[in-house]
Amino acid sequence: MPQVLFTAHLRRLAPPAPVEVAGGTVADALASVFAQHPLLETYILDDQRRLRRHIALFVDGERARLADPVGPNAKIAVLQALSGG
Amino acid sequence: MTPPLLVGTRKGLFVLEADADDRWTIRHHAFAGVPVSITALDARDQTLYAGLAHGHFGVKLHRSDDLGATWVELPAPAFPAGFPPDEADEPAPSVDLLWSLEPGAEPHELWAGTIPGALFHSTDRGASWQLVESLWNEERRRQWAGGGYDGPGIHSILPDPRDRGRLVIGVSSGGVWLSPDAGDHWTVGGAGLRATYMPEGREEEPTAQDPHRVVRCPAAPDRLWMQHHCGVFRSDDGGRNWIKIQGLPLSDFGFAVAVHPNDPDTAWFIPAESDEKRIPRDGRFGVTRTRDGGRSFELLDDGLPSPPAFDLVYRHGLAVAPDGRSLAMGSTTGSLWTSSDGGERWHHMSAHLPPIASVQFAV
Repeated sequence: MPQVLFTAHLRRLAPPAPVEVAGGTVADALASVFAQHPLLETYILDDQRRLRRHIALFVDGERARLADPVGPNAKIAVLQALSGG
Repeated sequence: MTPPLLVGTRKGLFVLEADADDRWTIRHHAFAGVPVSITALDARDQTLYAGLAHGHFGVKLHRSDDLGATWVELPAPAFPAGFPPDEADEPAPSVDLLWSLEPGAEPHELWAGTIPGALFHSTDRGASWQLVESLWNEERRRQWAGGGYDGPGIHSILPDPRDRGRLVIGVSSGGVWLSPDAGDHWTVGGAGLRATYMPEGREEEPTAQDPHRVVRCPAAPDRLWMQHHCGVFRSDDGGRNWIKIQGLPLSDFGFAVAVHPNDPDTAWFIPAESDEKRIPRDGRFGVTRTRDGGRSFELLDDGLPSPPAFDLVYRHGLAVAPDGRSLAMGSTTGSLWTSSDGGERWHHMSAHLPPIASVQFAV
């Protein structure tokens, strides 16, 4: 199953270590995590379930989008841009 | 005893308490590093609410049952997923800022105003929220425009204390809207407001007005005061009709306004230079006060910095306590002042807070 890792800035709400979840796309895999961590979803997605502007997704080290398919051994990273002051 | 102060800043919420000699200390600092856009206290059950604007992670809402010592996160007001966009909302909307929070008529009832300009309603202490579709679907809402932000927003929600189901809301830029029945139906108010930025002949269009902040006198609820983009206005009929107030010292541009809780003729404003600069005119930072309904004004600056000063007070950055004498204001440069005599003298509580968005007495 795909593995999902969240930025340390979300450790208060997200699984502290990579978790294995079901899902054939990035969005499906994230939805599996959100089912266990309901407040986390609004930190990653906006009201319309679009990826927030300052969140970046990587699959196996490459930038990815929510709709991208993922294989059974994929490593999905949910990171934030380090912008602001 | 002066009530505690809630100060929402770019780097968290500060809860300050005064001792018997009016010396203020920081009692709590919550959400360190996170912008706090608005606070609300429901005095009926002493519940405190804070709206957050995470730059990366979106709008959040938290609730405290112990005046800021501990907090729980609640679902923030949000547009329904899959909400059909229309020509005014392309792409489909998502809440960008929680800009106003106000207790409603019933226990546990709350209103929330947002950017983009929407009103949300909760009947369970913020545990769930519903979009007020009657306002969102109002045809003339599509004429609303952005003011200081990219989209229009609701910054003032004013229930009538005689019947808290009767609402007035202030929209930047979309005018003043009135509901007689807790948001089921809406009419546009604001006759007499004048937006000089509009093309000739359209200056008085009610949906083009840019109220920066609207307040209502609790003891005389038909009396409202407005700091508008184009001056100061007063209403004596609950927001339907307005008259422009002349003769303010320094400038009639600004963001904040406060009204005395028991005297509808007393109100405070904080002038700034319109409108491209948004700093004190000639570096003179002061507070203007009328005590006769706007016929005359005093400039109050005892205890405030000498020129040049570049403090700007945002629309929620000026507060008056129920005694009508205790005032507080916070600036975008992180200064916080209090007064215990209606603004005659100001005490500089701190010059070193983060930029301040909101100041509220916790009563």
